[in-house]
Amino acid sequence: MTIGNIRLPIMTSLIIWAILWEIVGRSGASFVIPPLSGIFARIVEIVPTPSFGEALWITGKAFVIGNVIAVLFGIPLGVLMGRSHIADRIFLPWVNLFLSAPLSALVPIIMVIFGAGQTTIIFTVVLFAIWIIVLDARAGVRSITPSLVEMALSFGATPWQAFSRIYVWAALPEILSGIRLGLIRAVKGVVIGQMLVSIIGFGRLFELYSSRFLMEHFWALLFVLFAFAFAINEALTWLERRFEYFASSRN
Amino acid sequence: MSPAAARKIEARHRPMVEVRHLSKIYAGGVEALNAISVDFPEGQLTSLLGPSGCGKTTLLKIIAGLIPATSGEVMVDGRPVTGPGPERAFVFQDFALMPWANVLRNVAFGLELKGVAQSEREAVAEKHIASVGLGGFEHAFPHELSGGMRQRVGLARALAVNAKVLLMDEPFSAVDEQTRRKFQEDLLELIAREHKTFLFVTHSIEEAVYVSDRIVILSKRPSQVSAIVEPEIGRGRDPDQIRRDSAYLDTVETIWQSLKRYLD
Repeated sequence: MTIGNIRLPIMTSLIIWAILWEIVGRSGASFVIPPLSGIFARIVEIVPTPSFGEALWITGKAFVIGNVIAVLFGIPLGVLMGRSHIADRIFLPWVNLFLSAPLSALVPIIMVIFGAGQTTIIFTVVLFAIWIIVLDARAGVRSITPSLVEMALSFGATPWQAFSRIYVWAALPEILSGIRLGLIRAVKGVVIGQMLVSIIGFGRLFELYSSRFLMEHFWALLFVLFAFAFAINEALTWLERRFEYFASSRN
Repeated sequence: MSPAAARKIEARHRPMVEVRHLSKIYAGGVEALNAISVDFPEGQLTSLLGPSGCGKTTLLKIIAGLIPATSGEVMVDGRPVTGPGPERAFVFQDFALMPWANVLRNVAFGLELKGVAQSEREAVAEKHIASVGLGGFEHAFPHELSGGMRQRVGLARALAVNAKVLLMDEPFSAVDEQTRRKFQEDLLELIAREHKTFLFVTHSIEEAVYVSDRIVILSKRPSQVSAIVEPEIGRGRDPDQIRRDSAYLDTVETIWQSLKRYLD
């Protein structure tokens, strides 16, 4: 970006907002907004603590397990829906419903079923992540060139071989963007789940900090999570770009 | 059609593919094939030629076992077709290559599905890649190749499984004219070299006459066999000479006259 003849660095707008935050924070307008410098100092302070490490471990575990389940069930379901009209008729209304439903409202029900623990968190992650993965895998499979499927069949591919060697690969660009969107939703899922359960992981820390009005701590934790979600998105976007070349040459 | 230029000939060779009273009615009521019966002799190249949309590709795909027939049956090497089988290999109009796999893996894919060990199937694939003139491109990806080269990959893949019958669905229609001519000559060489039965769908009369031992002309949909022509063209001569040969030109003209009435 340039203003006049001056080339501004990429992070300029971010720096302006950071300065503004710092000024508002230092003016003491609201205790909810502590100075930015204080928040960063707090990040450096709390990240190495054992309670943060434990929260990160528990959260990371629920996040990874939940996403693995969502991917392992979501992709085959999406592929099945993309291939079979019957399966599509049966599942599509539900997938669309869950995709747009306010899933946070379901977490208390999950909690009743699985108890206020890690299982509930994992289930919440799956619930948040899976639907977009299903829908994108379905869209990917529907865009496969029919002759590629016929090719596999003509060389005697079993249904499993067709799934693992043709469908998944041919639909990979869509599947990857489904996984990326699923992971971002899963970040929401894991945080919302933990905040509602509020006795484990980051949810417990959020509860602790906000109930004691430790705003710097609260923001520090939020910033770490934001950075985490951003990093996931960037990593998956990079991966998607690597596979884009054959999305255009599929037909 | 004048009997002098186009004779209906009984197959001198054993029929490798037999089609008996085959009908195909698509869902929605489109009748593609109507009780069609035709033989495809072993070791020869037989073309299916007909007006566009006449069901040539449908017939080929039923023989391949990719789509089911409504009634009638297909026998390949004496056995009825119920689905795809290892004695048949298909060459696709749009090549149907896996864009995420290199030439070597694409060519070896049929063997990969059969569970042939990697080193073995790659050795076989390399041999066929060289035989279609793509030596040195083993590790190239389809999007790096021209249309003609991609179809050579498709052909090598079909050859690699060592099927007795090669089913080719307008294999050269997506490549440019010069490449197509070179391809046709290579195909003739291939027929002479490999003792295989070729079924070849094309919409080009010239192509059919140039490469075929036998041309099955289909009528408009719902298709029946309208005529069978055996071009009497001496092989093994200079290609340019053949294309100027009067027997070649007469056969092209006769077929054109018989197909013209299907145009509307």
